[in-house]
Amino acid sequence: MSETKGHREKKRLENPPSTVKFKIQRREKEGAASHWDTFEIPYRRNLNVISALMEIRKNPVTVEGKTTTPPVWDMSCLEQVCGICTMVIDGRVRQSCSALVDDLLLDTGSDTVTLAPMSKFPNVRDLKVDRSKMFDHLKQVHAWIELDGTYDLGPGPHIPNETAQERYALSRCMTCGCCLEACPQYSNDQYIGPQAIAQARLFNMHPTGKITTEERLNGLLGDDGITNCGDAQNCVKVCPMSIPLTKAIYETNRDVTVNALFGWLRK
Amino acid sequence: MASNGLKIAIVGGGLAGLAAAMKIAEAGHEVDLISVVPVKRSHSVCAQGGINGAVNTKGEGDSPAKHLDDTVYGGDFLANQPPVKRMCDMAPQIIYLFDRMGVPFSRTKEGLLDFRRFGGTLHNRTAFAGASTGQQLLYALDEQVRKWETQGRVNKYEGWEMLSLVLDDHQVCRGLIAMDLQTLELKSFAADAVIMATGGPGLIFGKSTNSMTCTGSAVSACYQQGARYANGEFIQVHPTSIPGEDKLRLMSESARGEGGRVWVPKNTADTRSPKDIPEDERWYFLEEKYPAYGNLVPRDIATREIFQVCLEGHGVAGENQVYLDLTHIPAEVLTERLGAILEIYEMFVGDDPRYVPMRIFPGVHYSMGGLWVDFEQRTNIPGLFAAGECDYSIHGANRLGANSLVSCVYGGFTAAPSAIEYAKNIERGSTGTNGIHAAELKRQQEINDQIVSNEGSENQYKLHEEMGKVMTDNVTVVRYNDRLKATDEKLLELQERFKHISINDSNLWATQAVPHARQFWNMLQLARVITLGALNRNESRGAHYKPDFPERDDENFMKTTIAEYSDEAPVLSYEPVDVSLVEPRKRDYSKGKSKSN
Repeated sequence: MSETKGHREKKRLENPPSTVKFKIQRREKEGAASHWDTFEIPYRRNLNVISALMEIRKNPVTVEGKTTTPPVWDMSCLEQVCGICTMVIDGRVRQSCSALVDDLLLDTGSDTVTLAPMSKFPNVRDLKVDRSKMFDHLKQVHAWIELDGTYDLGPGPHIPNETAQERYALSRCMTCGCCLEACPQYSNDQYIGPQAIAQARLFNMHPTGKITTEERLNGLLGDDGITNCGDAQNCVKVCPMSIPLTKAIYETNRDVTVNALFGWLRK
Repeated sequence: MASNGLKIAIVGGGLAGLAAAMKIAEAGHEVDLISVVPVKRSHSVCAQGGINGAVNTKGEGDSPAKHLDDTVYGGDFLANQPPVKRMCDMAPQIIYLFDRMGVPFSRTKEGLLDFRRFGGTLHNRTAFAGASTGQQLLYALDEQVRKWETQGRVNKYEGWEMLSLVLDDHQVCRGLIAMDLQTLELKSFAADAVIMATGGPGLIFGKSTNSMTCTGSAVSACYQQGARYANGEFIQVHPTSIPGEDKLRLMSESARGEGGRVWVPKNTADTRSPKDIPEDERWYFLEEKYPAYGNLVPRDIATREIFQVCLEGHGVAGENQVYLDLTHIPAEVLTERLGAILEIYEMFVGDDPRYVPMRIFPGVHYSMGGLWVDFEQRTNIPGLFAAGECDYSIHGANRLGANSLVSCVYGGFTAAPSAIEYAKNIERGSTGTNGIHAAELKRQQEINDQIVSNEGSENQYKLHEEMGKVMTDNVTVVRYNDRLKATDEKLLELQERFKHISINDSNLWATQAVPHARQFWNMLQLARVITLGALNRNESRGAHYKPDFPERDDENFMKTTIAEYSDEAPVLSYEPVDVSLVEPRKRDYSKGKSKSN
């Protein structure tokens, strides 16, 4: 690797194979048994997992020569900003649009890429999952600013740019579910998980949002609340937007404690 | 909290749809919100650079009147001016509202909103949240609408696709039919009014900067049921995209707004690394030709210049690519102001644009055309409204950067009260509505059944690729009449071959094959509107450029193209443009701005 001005040049796949195999976990519908199908397509440079799936979809024949149904998966923006195409790729949860086949082959040293659906959400079919629970969690923590109305009331409060940038980092969360997939505490309804806690923090940091901090914290005090965090710190490692999730959890936990100690004074 | 009576259906949960939903809920009415994806994942998230509004915080004497002038001049005088004026007047309030909703806009030292420069203006008019402004604005509306959802005012149908309108005997819109994308179940949604907010049709061109949901399918369904489609031929090709196997990823205009420079080596045989090519051996062709606006000329012009440079063999390494160079700007400044888009480039190309000039090429990006609406966002079908990219009203022949987000919100904010006003005054459940929902439901079910039972040799995804290629080759940057004619013939051939597809999926649960087949058919219809609109317009204006007719022809073509569906071919007619506010003048960005106001 050469380096200029703090810039590291990327390592690239030198001797690509002539074909790439995709081992895909299949499931007909929720509740059905799963099985694996392997497909093989010609190698091309700049292939990402999505373009490989598109290629397979056109002609879904397995390496054994069996014609099967086209694999189903979710995709939309293909720029890693909508979060919909998240799946488990070679054992790691991430967006399939930004998973470049060259990099995957380089990492595993093989000619096969393995695709599976996220395991913490209902598996609709093949690689598609239902993450509606995550949006319910946003309701639970009142992840919004309370407005008097949307009519013209002039500008919002003055905010230091540092605060705006800190909030921006939290606000990039695309509800993709990587943090929940990686969290050892998140399963069934036992723990609300990092994303909703970080969103509560996002609004609690805003001068107007602060006013209703307690409502948001109340959403984190139940049985599935913030105290379930086991500090494994997996969330922050897998977050594709590099959101400081553990910091948000720490800060929100502090707010919860302060609120518990002094909240009664305001009543 | 129950609503006070009216039920309005909104199709599409991007910026325009959510803006309308919020206003309707706030007014005390109920919304059925139908979206193919969870609304937080709508295509608005892809908008990067910012949102325009003449807040004038930089002591530049900016004003909504100047915003109006820049917009209609940039749009080459094809937009009706009164709604553009209303949008520009509303723009500062829209930005302030998002500020109050908690959008983390970048800010000045004083803690005020910061603004940057975008194409087609000489003013710093663009508010921004890093380089993912669309995402941040969409999230703010998503949050507000979620609050209304908890209060029972908004019912979300996410993972549902609209198939058709329900029209009564008098061609009045009484609701719509949508399909659950998991079960393929069809359901009719009765509504006092319907607002279309489904975005653009980029997928007609195969690869574009659009999300995979941007098929234009629902709008095409409206068109096939009698809604007028206007200015379809005006397709914006963005000057700077990152070519990819699956899509063309956008490289925001904000890269140039922050000082990015476009260049190619003067010597076409130069094989040195860009960093090793000295300043005087680089050709900054935009700056040379357009000294006042430089790299920030409007998109149609930048696109044609880049296209031409590559066509003449000056592209980097002789290929279809030019450099977009940010390396002269300090890395930490770039990270704060453009971080999100630089990450995208690095992620997909592997080079860090803070140290290595990016390689970019134009890509299909936006449709200026869309459903015809009047100045209150009403389509020609009573009870049907439209807002955002799916309506044609604001951008004329070319959209300026950072005007799309503001036009989406303006459209939603205008369509909402307009739909409420209409719904209050209609006779509900009147004669002629009995049985129409059931009848339309049956018609749509039959189409699905037909698709499922088809057993032909054609592959619909391959047909889609063929459509994308012919449209990209012939109906984008440069257009010739003979090729447009050939394109329409090809589209007719594809329509015929479509009848022989097989969906190749024996499992109908959550199948993507049936929805895609329906979308593809609808895309073919709109593709014809785009192609024949272009064929008929013998002039060059904004994004529509014909070398055989290189001048703008106001006498014959300062007119809105209107397409109406018929079984044979779109029927085209023309409507005069309202230019009552800014007198049309020749567009010329090679000098400072010509005076108008």
